Amino acid sequence: MLISYQWLSNYVDITDITPQQLADELTLHGVEVDAVEELGAEVNKLTVGKVLSCEQHPDADKLKVCRVDVAEEEPLQIVCGAPNVAEGQLVAVARVGGRLPGGVKIKKAKLRGQRSEGMICSLQELGFEGKVIPKKYSEGIFAFPENREPGTDAKEALGLNDTVLELDLTPNRSDCLSVLGTAYEIAAVLGREVTLPEAPVTVSEKKASEIVKVTVEDKDANPYYGAGMIQGVTIKESPLWLQTVLMASGVRPLNNVVDVTNYVLLEYGQPLHAFDFDRFGSDEVVVRKAYAEEKMVTLDGEERLLSDSHLVITNGNEPTALAGVMGGAASEVENDTSNLLLEAAYFNPSVVRQAQRDLGIRSDSSIRFEKGVDPNGVVPAGRRAASLIQQLAGGEVLDETAEFDELDRSEKVIRITLGRINSSLGTDLSAENVLSIMDRLQFKAEEEEGEFIIHVPTRRQDISIEPDIVEEVARLYGYDNIPVTLPNTPSTQGGLSEKQKQKRKIRRFLESGGLHEAVSYSLTTKEKEAAFIGAEQRRVAVALPMSEERSTLRTTLVPHLLDALSHNRNRNRYNLSLYEMGSVFHTEEENVSVQPQEQTHLAGAFMGLWEQHAWQGEKKAVDFFVVKGIVEGILAELQAVAGFEKTEKPGLHPGRTASVVADGEEVGWIGQLHPSTAKQWSLPETYVFELNLMKLLESGGDEMRYRPIPRYPAVDRDIALVVDHKVSARELEAVIRETGGELLTRADVFDLYEGEHVEAGKKSVAFSLRYLNTEKTLTEEEVTLVHSQVLKALEEKTGAVLRTQ
Amino acid sequence: MLDRLQELHGEAAGKIEEANTLDELQQVRVAYLGKKGPITEVMKSMGKLSKEERPVVGQKVNEVRQDLQQLIERKEAVLEQEAVSEQLKKESIDVTLPGRPVKKGSRHPLTSVVERIEDVFTGMGFQVAEGPEVETDYYNFESLNLPKHHPARDMQDTFFITSDLLLRTQTSPVQVRTMEKHEGRGPVKIVCPGKVYRRDEDDATHSHQFMQIEGLVVDEGIRMSDLKGIFEAFVKSYFGEDRKIRLRPSFFPFTEPSAELDISCALCGGEGCRTCKGTGWIEVLGAGMVHPNVLEMGGFDPEKYSGFAFGMGVERFAMLKYGIDDIRHFYTNDARFLEQFTRE
Repeated sequence: MLISYQWLSNYVDITDITPQQLADELTLHGVEVDAVEELGAEVNKLTVGKVLSCEQHPDADKLKVCRVDVAEEEPLQIVCGAPNVAEGQLVAVARVGGRLPGGVKIKKAKLRGQRSEGMICSLQELGFEGKVIPKKYSEGIFAFPENREPGTDAKEALGLNDTVLELDLTPNRSDCLSVLGTAYEIAAVLGREVTLPEAPVTVSEKKASEIVKVTVEDKDANPYYGAGMIQGVTIKESPLWLQTVLMASGVRPLNNVVDVTNYVLLEYGQPLHAFDFDRFGSDEVVVRKAYAEEKMVTLDGEERLLSDSHLVITNGNEPTALAGVMGGAASEVENDTSNLLLEAAYFNPSVVRQAQRDLGIRSDSSIRFEKGVDPNGVVPAGRRAASLIQQLAGGEVLDETAEFDELDRSEKVIRITLGRINSSLGTDLSAENVLSIMDRLQFKAEEEEGEFIIHVPTRRQDISIEPDIVEEVARLYGYDNIPVTLPNTPSTQGGLSEKQKQKRKIRRFLESGGLHEAVSYSLTTKEKEAAFIGAEQRRVAVALPMSEERSTLRTTLVPHLLDALSHNRNRNRYNLSLYEMGSVFHTEEENVSVQPQEQTHLAGAFMGLWEQHAWQGEKKAVDFFVVKGIVEGILAELQAVAGFEKTEKPGLHPGRTASVVADGEEVGWIGQLHPSTAKQWSLPETYVFELNLMKLLESGGDEMRYRPIPRYPAVDRDIALVVDHKVSARELEAVIRETGGELLTRADVFDLYEGEHVEAGKKSVAFSLRYLNTEKTLTEEEVTLVHSQVLKALEEKTGAVLRTQ
Repeated sequence: MLDRLQELHGEAAGKIEEANTLDELQQVRVAYLGKKGPITEVMKSMGKLSKEERPVVGQKVNEVRQDLQQLIERKEAVLEQEAVSEQLKKESIDVTLPGRPVKKGSRHPLTSVVERIEDVFTGMGFQVAEGPEVETDYYNFESLNLPKHHPARDMQDTFFITSDLLLRTQTSPVQVRTMEKHEGRGPVKIVCPGKVYRRDEDDATHSHQFMQIEGLVVDEGIRMSDLKGIFEAFVKSYFGEDRKIRLRPSFFPFTEPSAELDISCALCGGEGCRTCKGTGWIEVLGAGMVHPNVLEMGGFDPEKYSGFAFGMGVERFAMLKYGIDDIRHFYTNDARFLEQFTRE
């Protein structure tokens, strides 16, 4: 909402406060002022000039040489390129030495050989925005529509000494969508009075109610409709004061009648509509719901397809306006209009909101009706408009507006105690303090047996319950004056839950392992996931995606991590390890109707070198076991018991993929990207893992306990076993552990060899075994006994033989 | 014979002195003190001597041997010292070459901010609550005093999945979810971080996905002044002791009275600069006293209980804290961005 400071000052005394100070006061008390714009800040030396003559430039087709009287001894010679400059016009002249917006400095100049001593300005050049400039002046210079003395200050005449406050209103403060409403707010904040505008009307003998009949079919949607009549008006350009104040408020002037309805809309916050009564099509106004698929052309020239939830003003036959939103083209006020039907009505907010939403129109009118206008402001606004129209367009205002009236204009009454106010705010206000604040707000209030009875004016539709009064008291008392305390609650045990702590622990583990944490979008596409998760997987899709790229919720974290690797690789970053912890979304339903399962997953993606020390020539590329080590580390951090099983999965290398299995259930996987998947992302050899963290957090182990340090020495035996290629390390380890029994405390793989020194189809796997008896020193014989049993079992169960070489 | 010994002593001492390496020294030792050395020769020929001469020569032999032994040992020590020095000299390295870095990853700045804020509030007795990102219309809107068709419910803003399911537009739904769990009994003191979604075109200052942290305190006798107290403690702990706070009236459907919290601008110290748009203040969060309808929908009796709630944008905090100028950086996962947060 743009509010002219000068306009505002008609209703509340703000002469002693600068626009900036006013903006600060408003902001601190709840009406945020986003910007304070001094309109003519960059304009100076602007004078009214009269074009005495206007001749073709001898050497330029598009230029004219004008002699302009600025009440100095000699008229100025000014070269002007505007097509509409003409002899006799009163124009705005930027004088030599003056300035215009955009850093323009006016200097003496020669244009194609002709002297030019100033500039005749267009409204654009003076800083008005194109969309508010009247059509008449949009293609050339501005000419004063009324008499002005040459040589006088044109800046003042054009309203350029004004300042505009841009209000950023919260949805509840629609009362400030008007100059008067804002004046009430300022009056409350500054403790001043509001002077209401006068609306003198000379009423004729004739009665509108005898000429036009008003019928309202839906009184909930339209509890009040007033049709005033003004006959014999003359449509013309509005006086400059009206045009400049509208432009300052962001509205384009059109003609005197429409400008008045817009002016009153801004002034009272009450939208009005003037119909050309001769084009209205009948002498009855019927307000009804539109028929299904009924059509009408609104005054922006668009044909609108209506439904039975929309309210229309009709002439008994066809719609003449979309109630509260926009008038119809057929009965629009035009230059030859003479008789007006002036509508002042109250339309139900939800009806207007519905039309606004369905038809995609937001007009100055609809944004006010949808919030609820002041029921007590409708009639005064109509009267104010009639008065101004009479003043500016002449004509006869008829007596007795034709009306339908079932509007509830009563004020809400709220009862609240002083104790309630103070205990809500933590303040120690007296009854007098509260009553004085109510007085400033112009809320009638009395105190009765310790309770305030407050009558809320209908202009404040946002106030309906006790806390609303508490807020009014608080904001006028000043939020800054509320004391600073801490809650008197019993002390509570704050902190993270076990699962939250575990999640942090994993983050720390991965960070210290050299992974960078990524955060990516939850919205993705089915196609992006297709490499890993089949199309048959059901997904949660948003109803109206903003783009195809963000249309379904992810079911895996990996694709976006691959996007991230790819993004970095395209920027010459070849070695990178990323992880992400975030939600994935699964549904069992074909058409989602209940909340999907949201599970926290943890995923990682790795490309290039895992470790390197360049000048020492050390390099270690990431491989399956690097990633497995990380996953094992995560499992250890969580004390989760899980194993790895060879598997095959879409998108992954068939020989280099493992499931992570806990309690017989897959809780995640590790693998190398299938070369064709890698290619799809333009990635080199890349490894990924993904874990269902929720499952792992649930499977977490016991609390840590200390185990005594062994008092007796251990005995180590290393063995290299030659076995068939297909025998896994885990099978060997299982046999070793099973046979080694309690004495065997460790069995670690320390070497793997396949090649010329081992028979084809076989491999050599070396284990380091440690035997220990925690009770006593092991004897050589004891070790040899159990060790030979281990070797025997290995041979029997896996065919492993000791490598002799 | 004594002369011979004297001569041998001189000769050997000279060679010991001349020895440059431990090897040469060893050769000298073998040459003079070895079994086939001249001194042993002398000893062997002692049998030819008279009874009187024998002990004299014998003593001399021992003297010479001991002395040479000593000289060798001394020389040996010197040579060893030299050899060590030589070795160390060879082993000298360029200590200015870069060290081997300890591998370290980084925490995403959004995570850093969330964890820091969680830590400040858990230190004040808050717990951390979480809620689903796919919400029902009831929790995201209705229970927050935003019935269907409420003007403050901007439909354009919401990613709907069905007419009843949506991607939450705020972390506020966790308020009512948490209150329900407390079954109408206070105190409730939670913060709730999480991802939220709105239909905004992604640009430097907008993101269709972003993070918020919601806070809620409900108990008997909670006052607006308590909200100020908690914020003051939070702001001083998070942004620094010298920061000032300011509350301004505002509007949220689920709080009444409502407030925006501003903190004094760190860049200009409140003088006014570009970051604070010349106001000296930076808006950091929205807050207010929980609306009685919301308390009621959470199962708390508004006549008995009151509370305050607040919500803040994590990206905004991160942008202020680190001076990041484009919100899209948080979601691009560019290593050049992420790596900068290694020390955080």
